[in-house]
Formats: sequence, structure tokens, C-alpha cells
Amino acid sequence: MANYLLVESRDPYQFTDAEAFYQIAADLAKAGNAVTVYLVQNGVLPARRGAKNGQVATLAATPSITVLADDFSLRERAISANNLESGVSASTVDDLVDLLVQPGTKAIWH
Amino acid sequence: MTTSQEKTLTVALMDPPYESEASTTALRIIDAALRKGISVNVFAYEGAVNLTMKGQAAHPNPVKGTSAEEQDHPTTARFISGLFGMSGEAAKLDWAVCGLCADERGAGDWIEGPRRGSPGDFYKFTQESVNTLIIGAR
Amino acid sequence: MSVLSIVEQAYRGTVEEQDDTILWLSHMLKNAGADLNILLRSNAVNYAVKGQDASGLTIGGVPLTVPPTIDKDVQALIAAGVTVYAVQEDLEDLGVPQGDLIGGIQTVARSGVAGLFDKHDTVWYW
Repeated sequence: MANYLLVESRDPYQFTDAEAFYQIAADLAKAGNAVTVYLVQNGVLPARRGAKNGQVATLAATPSITVLADDFSLRERAISANNLESGVSASTVDDLVDLLVQPGTKAIWH
Repeated sequence: MTTSQEKTLTVALMDPPYESEASTTALRIIDAALRKGISVNVFAYEGAVNLTMKGQAAHPNPVKGTSAEEQDHPTTARFISGLFGMSGEAAKLDWAVCGLCADERGAGDWIEGPRRGSPGDFYKFTQESVNTLIIGAR
Repeated sequence: MSVLSIVEQAYRGTVEEQDDTILWLSHMLKNAGADLNILLRSNAVNYAVKGQDASGLTIGGVPLTVPPTIDKDVQALIAAGVTVYAVQEDLEDLGVPQGDLIGGIQTVARSGVAGLFDKHDTVWYW
């Protein structure tokens, strides 16, 4: 089984393809892989508590999936790190780089 | 995997400046990697060849009434020059501009640092890195 | 290192470029020895359709004498040994029947995409 780092830069409100990417994350986890979903840019919009974001909430509640949200993207959009969907944690670009250079990680940007 | 490979990341870029937040995020990633001592190979493809154009110029903001100096408008070329300033023994930045993409866009006059490249450079980069991040155009 | 190259956006700059730049790049990399396969998804599944025709354009008196021929480019990739997958449900969403597809296209269910990710060492999502 592999480690996956899925970076989602798009939101599901403008792009339905974001939902397809979330589904791939869920399918990879279901297949036994460890999955980190890193939300960045408009990809953090569904992480705001109260946003209509069904799939992000489901991903964040899945044990083998870690959902992180870029702190700069959150701040840029006035989303407090204390006001995120349950299970989503704020993260930094330094953390993202650490994840990117983990050997054996398949990194995919959407 | 060699130690050098473990400490090298490849990033492929496609967006031109001022059109997508992906350009900013890409530069943030490259900045963070260099700060952490990780070398970065960049393949600038398609519109991303415009990120390093020497002729980019800052301008004032007439809506805010600021002069060019006051506005201090950043250009991607200036940010990338700064990234090359971080490149050294501990971590190297290698920036290959897709030559054919630059030719067709008239973007051949770039700042100090980047070099003309091709898909062959990109392929070599991917084989010499711990990971490759493709930041596609949207 | 096996690569799955995913194309998700169709007809972006294809007239001026005279091809799809990711299909073109993929073919260059294949020629350089890359072990690479392609997945077409979303509107890019239309690249698998026979008979795409962008000929006859003239702008400001300047004719497009060499139009893109995306279907032929996809056929050439298949002939070069690249497996070209297309997501079945995306084809259905676009109303493309099986008979309209270029020969050699391999369809995959949306639920099978994760399996393609697992099957390849690396995934490039353009």
C-alpha cells in the first residue's frame, strides 16, 4: 500500500471536478492506502465550519485520511484556523514540503 | 535512491503570471524547499515561461493613488530572482524554460538564472528527484 | 518509473498550439523512453472521439493551414505503445457511444481510477 498526498487547489462550488478528486481520495483510502488531502487556495473554502461541503467532512472523518488546510490560504480568505470543519487541521507550506519529500509518497496536485 | 535525489524536488508549472493563484503557491513551495535545504528543479512549460520575463515592470496604482515606489507592486520575475538568490551549495534551484513555448510566446528574454530547456530536461529532472509535483493550468 | 498522465481539460489553446500540449509532451516523453500511459477524464474524454475537425479557420485573413488533429494524435500515441484510458461515465455524460471512439481506447469506470493510480509509480495530473 502507498502513501498519497493529494493537493486540492480548487473548490467544489466552481468546479465539479473537485468532487471527483475527493472521491478518488476516498477510493484510495478504501483500497488501503494512507491518504493526506492538502487543501490550498480556493480548495480551503469548503473547510470553513458551516460550509456546504459534504465530501470534505466525510474525508476528514475517515481514519486513514488526514485533511490539512494551508494556513496562508485560510487567512487570505478570513477563515480562522479555529473555525474549521471537524477533523480538518491548519497546516503550513513548510509542512507541505515535508510531505512532498517523503520517499515513497505519490504527490498529485489538482 | 541517492541522498541527492532524496533532497531534490521537481515542480512543473504551466500558468502565466497574474492569472492564477497557482503561480503564487508554486513560488511559496519553492521558497520553503530552498529554505529547508531541498534543491528544486523547475520546468516552466507553456504560459509559465512568462514568469521570468526580464521586461516585467512594476506600476503605480491609480485607484489607490500610490506611486510605483509606494505600491511596491511585486513581479514574478522579481520573486524568482530572489529565489535564485537563495540558490547555493546547500540547495540549488535549476529553472528550465521550455524553449519552444518561449519562442512561440516571444518570451525569450528572461532574467538571470533560468536556462532554455526542453521536455528532455523535465524527464531528467523527474528521474533525479524524490518527487515531482505537476501544477497544471486551470 | 511508470507514469499515469491525466488530461482533464480539452481544447485549451489547441488551435494556436496545433495540438494538445499535454498529449504532445506525453509523446515527447514516450519517445525519450518514458513508461507512460494516459487517462482522459472530464471533458477531455472527447479527445477519444473519431472525426475531430478544426480545419478551415481564417482569422484576419490569416488561414490556419495546419489545424490540430487530436484524434490522430491519440491514435499515434496508442501506436507508440501508450495505453490511453477514458473514464466510461464521463463518455456517457458527454453522450459518446462506444462506436464513436478511436480504436484502442480502453475505458475505465470512475470507480477504477484509484486502481490506475495504484498501478502506476507516479501520477501527473495536468
